[in-house]
Amino acid sequence: MSQTPENLRYSKEHEWLSPVEDGVATVGITEFAANALGDVVYAQLPEVGSTVTAGETCGELESTKSVSDLYSPVTGEVVEINEDVVNDPSLVNSAPFEGGWLFKVRVTEEPSDLLSAAEYAEHAAG
Amino acid sequence: MSTAEFPTSPESPESPAPSAAPAPRRTALDALHRSLGATMTDFAGWEMPLRYGSERDEHTAVRTRAGLFDLSHMGEITVTGPQAGALLNYALVGDLAALRPGRARYTMICRADGGILDDLIVYRLAEQEYLVVANAANAQVVLDALTERSAGFDAAVRDDRDAYALLAVQGPESPGILKSLSPKVSASLDQGGAPIADLDGLKYYAGLPGTVAGVPALIARTGYTGEDGFELFVQPEHAVELWQALTAAGEDAGLVPCGLACRDTLRLEAGMPLYGHELSTELTPFDAGLGRVVKFDKEGDFVGREALREAADRARENPPRVLVGLVAEGRRVPRAGYAVTAGGTVIGEVTSGAPSPTLGRPIAMAYVDAAHAAPGTPGVRVDIRGSQEPYEVVALPFYKRQK
Repeated sequence: MSQTPENLRYSKEHEWLSPVEDGVATVGITEFAANALGDVVYAQLPEVGSTVTAGETCGELESTKSVSDLYSPVTGEVVEINEDVVNDPSLVNSAPFEGGWLFKVRVTEEPSDLLSAAEYAEHAAG
Repeated sequence: MSTAEFPTSPESPESPAPSAAPAPRRTALDALHRSLGATMTDFAGWEMPLRYGSERDEHTAVRTRAGLFDLSHMGEITVTGPQAGALLNYALVGDLAALRPGRARYTMICRADGGILDDLIVYRLAEQEYLVVANAANAQVVLDALTERSAGFDAAVRDDRDAYALLAVQGPESPGILKSLSPKVSASLDQGGAPIADLDGLKYYAGLPGTVAGVPALIARTGYTGEDGFELFVQPEHAVELWQALTAAGEDAGLVPCGLACRDTLRLEAGMPLYGHELSTELTPFDAGLGRVVKFDKEGDFVGREALREAADRARENPPRVLVGLVAEGRRVPRAGYAVTAGGTVIGEVTSGAPSPTLGRPIAMAYVDAAHAAPGTPGVRVDIRGSQEPYEVVALPFYKRQK
């Protein structure tokens, strides 16, 4: 069974968004998604300074058997990417909600259609 | 995320479309895989384990310790009779009549036009008995072709797909693991004429009936991983018992259950072709760089001889494309079907690609124009979803075990 931390919000595309602190929120993919991908071997993340838009692709994750578009769950400016994941993409598998976070966004628009942990768990199970 | 999956093998061209396919078949070990938490995948009409945990860890286990595979989807066909060898010499491109009992050969079955129908391992179990092992996706095609080609031969072709489960133990620790299960090999004659009494007498590409952990099995020293290892053909009702015995015997040596995902990266590193990727009806064995399997000097005629003669000349004098290895300079992974380019022109196509756990970089096999096929050819790139990524041309295989 995969974890879905209560304090996060989730997109139907299996990204998570942390609570906004000082205008900045963190984005990653869920444990469910990481398990489905298998071992992640390459992470192409959006560039720092670029703008990401909720619901649009902003990068990709490659595993042994698949390549996945990464969707941003939020609109804003990318202020930091996780260089540890760029250097060691397996962090996405081993710690998807912690050391395997992907990028941080200065939020300009709060998304309204994200799921709660319970709603996401139901979505992922379906 | 939206995910594009790259399957381990496509259906054979002769298979019905997925929408028309019947429900996937399950092996005798299905419940066991699920109890181990395997991620299952549809593979050539079978529901097979893709991986149990991390496919990279499974890959590394086979390279350094040992891995246990369920390969029960493979298609077994038995050929018996006084002219069994003569039939196989006519139906296949190899010289199977010359194969000694207890030995195995890698070979192919071709159409009259030389196109490859499948690649096969053939075991000679006795003077008048052979076991032909076909790829799951092609088993029916091979069975039909052998049956059709058997007309006029004093030999019988039997569909034994349901008669066997197939377990493979692969990796450097596999001989020790098997030996601890008191294997008994039926006495037979090795090269020097001495009876084979134990596992050490069973050399690479040998296979003989015997028992492992008391279970009757055809014990074969073959595999598809580039490592030493064994394939054990057993009755399906014994599969769970043997799996559990092997698991217990391999625990201290670090044996882990392994899925088809790592089997694909293991065979790719070892430079072994996969039907539907490097091999197809559009290619002859010579086009695939495997002309050595075609034995023109064997006794009697065989299906495809004339076309294969021409294919051999063409491959020698004016090869259209050549199968090469590619190693990434970056980290983006080439996939089957991606274009290989040089100077902005398409010069070839990737047939298999994956991140290589052993090399730590993405690798691929690709057919490229002969002018770009030499190792070290500069300026070769792979078009990865619109981005031209630099690749080094290398000789195959990528990985060879130390013996």
